[in-house]
Amino acid sequence: MFAIYKRELKAYFISPIGYLFVGNFLAVSGLLFSICTLQRQESSSVADYFQYLIYAFAILLPLLTMKSLSEERRTKSEQLLMTSPVSVTGIIVGKYLAALSVFGAVLLANSLNFVLLEKFGNANGTLILSNLICLFFIGALFLAVGIFFSSLTEDTLVSAITSMDVIFVMLAVNFLSDISISWVKKIVDFISVLARYEPFTYGILDVTSIIYYVSLAAVFLFFAVRVYERRRWA
Amino acid sequence: MIEFRNVYKDYGQNHALKGISFKVEKGDILGFLGPNGAGKSTALNILTGYLSATAGEAFVDGVNIFEHPIEAKKMIGFLPEQPPLYPDMRVSEYLNFVYDLKGCTLPKKQHLSEICDVVKISHVYDRLIKNLSKGYKQRVGIAQALIGSPKVLVFDEPTVGLDPKQIIEIRNLVKLLGKDHTIILSSHILPEVQQVCSKVVVINEGLIVANESIETLAEAVEGTRRHIAKICGPEAEVMKLLGSIPAIRSADVIGKQDANSISYLIESDERIDARIPLFGALAAKGYALIGLEGVEMSLEDVFVRLVSNKEKRQSAKRR
Repeated sequence: MFAIYKRELKAYFISPIGYLFVGNFLAVSGLLFSICTLQRQESSSVADYFQYLIYAFAILLPLLTMKSLSEERRTKSEQLLMTSPVSVTGIIVGKYLAALSVFGAVLLANSLNFVLLEKFGNANGTLILSNLICLFFIGALFLAVGIFFSSLTEDTLVSAITSMDVIFVMLAVNFLSDISISWVKKIVDFISVLARYEPFTYGILDVTSIIYYVSLAAVFLFFAVRVYERRRWA
Repeated sequence: MIEFRNVYKDYGQNHALKGISFKVEKGDILGFLGPNGAGKSTALNILTGYLSATAGEAFVDGVNIFEHPIEAKKMIGFLPEQPPLYPDMRVSEYLNFVYDLKGCTLPKKQHLSEICDVVKISHVYDRLIKNLSKGYKQRVGIAQALIGSPKVLVFDEPTVGLDPKQIIEIRNLVKLLGKDHTIILSSHILPEVQQVCSKVVVINEGLIVANESIETLAEAVEGTRRHIAKICGPEAEVMKLLGSIPAIRSADVIGKQDANSISYLIESDERIDARIPLFGALAAKGYALIGLEGVEMSLEDVFVRLVSNKEKRQSAKRR
């Protein structure tokens, strides 16, 4: 698994994908940061920045995972992985962790923005940290969604677009919480990625939400493993 | 070393393998022969753990590939029909990656260097894979199969798409590797299997039609010399004349080329050149021989010959 992780990490920066992801992430994040905080000069605007960044994830994160499995399938290099003494779970998790590492590193680099914020105003350190932690886990979930859709097709574009669509739906579910029917609201609050993000906007580190994101990510990775296992039997 | 027991593989309604069984002994180079779409790649993909079988069992050195895939895969080096390469990697990076992937414990530098020497890729070790010729890509594919020094090597059509010089080089390489490994080589090229292998399994439409030593295959292939002759003259007269030439074993009309000439498939014993008496006999009767060409036996012909030989032997045993 570690060999796959290492190769995948390297592969991001052999091809332009890794650089495109890092560049676009920092540019979009920088733009949002500038609009939401530096230009507004309002104390509550950091929360807006994080919320918009989550929406931006829907487009940015599938860039990292679109090739992960579909490209291997298209070029038939997956035959090497599948005939090596490594389990399918090892292959999927290795690739997932590589994508997660790139995302994590960029998110960390991106947090340098807050050093700037601290210089020009009063930044709430606890609030920012809890938001960053939550964003990492939301990103981890979206990457797992991307890995799953990458396992379904050998077309990288199809993989990227379907991942984006599903992530958008996962985010859009939150709009249903405005419905006044109480049981609908209860369900939406339970399953909505954004509803579970809310405690973090107040600086609360909500462990149940983190467990929810991690569990859902594990479910998508499990589905990806099942897709591969099923293809062997098909 | 390798055993297939009644292995079936269905792709939906399509039955790719219909219960194949065969054994490969340690040190053998087995030729897996069959036309395109016969089920060769499916069988090899099952053996290497890439696919699962619908039914049946497969063993590598006594280890059931379906029950203990990781253990079985450790004993196999596989070169699929399309080498599983990463074009953006250098040869060195790729081989190092495969070394790590296979969890190899042999001394890394020395092991990779030995493999590169054997497959002759040392001078392209630092080049990008995408810049290599097809022949070198194939060699890199063979190199990855050799990493970890597996007991069994499986090569799926290793010479497809190569030029004649590269084909000879790859065949010689496979022969060389056969000294230390048990090898399964799939091919649809008859002379390739004859040159390289010690045993042959012939597969057609998902069934094994012959499981023979290479000598038996050679007998079937080499016992007969075939020619197509274009002759001007009345069909019945010409057929009668051909039947009267002792050197000719059989003759059949295979088509009319034009208003004047008819094509005949003529078979003779391999040790006798029937062309000279044929020419003499036709000249004596005044029939013009306007074309004569040698014909290689097709795979289908070999199937028929092998199967009929087998049936003959089985009926002789029964008697």
